Amino acid sequence: MSVLVYTESEGGKFKKIAFEVASYAKEVANMLGTSVTAVSVHGGDSSELGKYGVDKVLEVKDDKLNTFNAKAYADVLKQAAEQEDAKVIVISSSANSKFMAPLLAIDLNAGYASNVVALPESAAPFKVKRTAFTNKAFNITELTTDVKILGLSKNAFGLKEADGAAAAEAFSPSLNDADFAVNVTSVDKATDKVSIADAEVVVSGGRGLKGPDNWNLIEDLAEVLGAATACSKPVSDMGWRPHSEHVGQTGKPVASNLYIAIGVSGAIQHLAGINASKVKVVINNDPEAPFFKAADYGIVGDAFEVVPQLIEKLKEFKANNA
Amino acid sequence: MKILVCISHVPDTTSKINFTDGDTKFDTNGVQFVINPNDEFGLTRAMWFKEKQGATVDVVNVGGPETEPTLRKALAIGADNAIRVNAEATDGFFVAKQLAKVAQDGGYDLIIGGRESIDYNGGMVPGMLAGLLDANFINTCISLEIEGDTATAIREIDGGKETSTAKLPLVIGGQKGLVEESDLRIPNMRGIMMARKKPLTVVEPAEGDQYTTAVKFEKPAPKGEVTLVEPDNIDKLVDLLHNEAKVI
Repeated sequence: MSVLVYTESEGGKFKKIAFEVASYAKEVANMLGTSVTAVSVHGGDSSELGKYGVDKVLEVKDDKLNTFNAKAYADVLKQAAEQEDAKVIVISSSANSKFMAPLLAIDLNAGYASNVVALPESAAPFKVKRTAFTNKAFNITELTTDVKILGLSKNAFGLKEADGAAAAEAFSPSLNDADFAVNVTSVDKATDKVSIADAEVVVSGGRGLKGPDNWNLIEDLAEVLGAATACSKPVSDMGWRPHSEHVGQTGKPVASNLYIAIGVSGAIQHLAGINASKVKVVINNDPEAPFFKAADYGIVGDAFEVVPQLIEKLKEFKANNA
Repeated sequence: MKILVCISHVPDTTSKINFTDGDTKFDTNGVQFVINPNDEFGLTRAMWFKEKQGATVDVVNVGGPETEPTLRKALAIGADNAIRVNAEATDGFFVAKQLAKVAQDGGYDLIIGGRESIDYNGGMVPGMLAGLLDANFINTCISLEIEGDTATAIREIDGGKETSTAKLPLVIGGQKGLVEESDLRIPNMRGIMMARKKPLTVVEPAEGDQYTTAVKFEKPAPKGEVTLVEPDNIDKLVDLLHNEAKVI
């Protein structure tokens, strides 16, 4: 028996969330008195996982798996879980993991808790804390199945270094045509831009920016910070910015370290979606904007005056701290 | 084409979230319930198929009698038939199991769900349903076209999008992008009148286990006061972000 963890990678390198889920899996394994086995599909250097407590790495290399395919990847994890007799499987909250998880749950007759934010409260009964009502509340969920799948929220647990041998082992699951019944024909991914899901910092603009022509303010600030750009719902509804940038309850969730909102009033559905971010900064000329109640730091002022100054100051800061 | 749209009955996005019965139940007092937004985008796309390509659209919900106004709203928007599985929707697997029974009985080509409900945020029902039916599944779907027995879908991935094709029967987890916000329909009087006459069938739940139980709810700890910085003192903000918050 072991705790199985799916460590995602991109371009042959592990993503940061891979180390987060590994750190979490290690602590769960400690609770259960067992070891951690990672599944790595065309992954990075397996020894890196050892630093976060992984004892064994099942390395999967199969050209059919070059592009993520939820059903096929679920099949890989199912076979790995059976080989390792895993009772707990830890995955991330990436779009791919959330796509795959319910398929894996059916394959393994496993309960699945998504958006988990803390270690299990107890192992028997097995209870975990997760977010619900789009971060407006938490929910303690009990998983009553023999095998349990936990989807860890991004940035909720952090990285914890631990000793693990990370012994690499080739793993060759048997895949069939049915695994590829959904045929991925093209992937369109901006390689020069950091995605909202992966970003440590997100800079977001609202209606207060007055029009799409003023978005250079957001983009310039994002560039200095190495941040992803985002927007509020009205901005995406009016077509100023693409839907893919809309953050909030019906848009994308944000769980970055730093979230800077410019000209965003802070409607309840917006705040819900970004609430998991660690530090929130608001710049708005209306001191009554609800965002000020949700933010850690705020400036009451005109974005068109404040943001250019902030960009300059951050450039100075970067030059001095390089 | 036969389409089934799975509808969650959820509190409006502006609702204040409170709990009752020792924090074990959602407090519905004064709360306005709506069609789950992710499902409504899917329902509206289903209407497009009905009008442009010819399809029947059924809607289904797992819930008590209190959820019927939400199903009636879906009928008023233009769905043909509604089915309510008379059980409390307490667990994603249980709900998926109920929907699978309805889907098998109805023989649907396309089943549209939402990527998640905005109340419980489980994000598992459409995928589990596909798994139970052994149907194809595409999640976080932002575009869907059907040609004969083949679907072409675009799904949102982290930092981009991905196009795939799949044969019907297909289950999707939909979201905004399937249609635009401005395409959403507010039922008109005629729609509301007609909806009253459309069939709303209540079926009793099939056998099904629960895989999970929501034991308790908690509200986040109240937030501290915001630290305000004067607009002519941006150095201070940079200093706070670096030395106090330690995020830059």
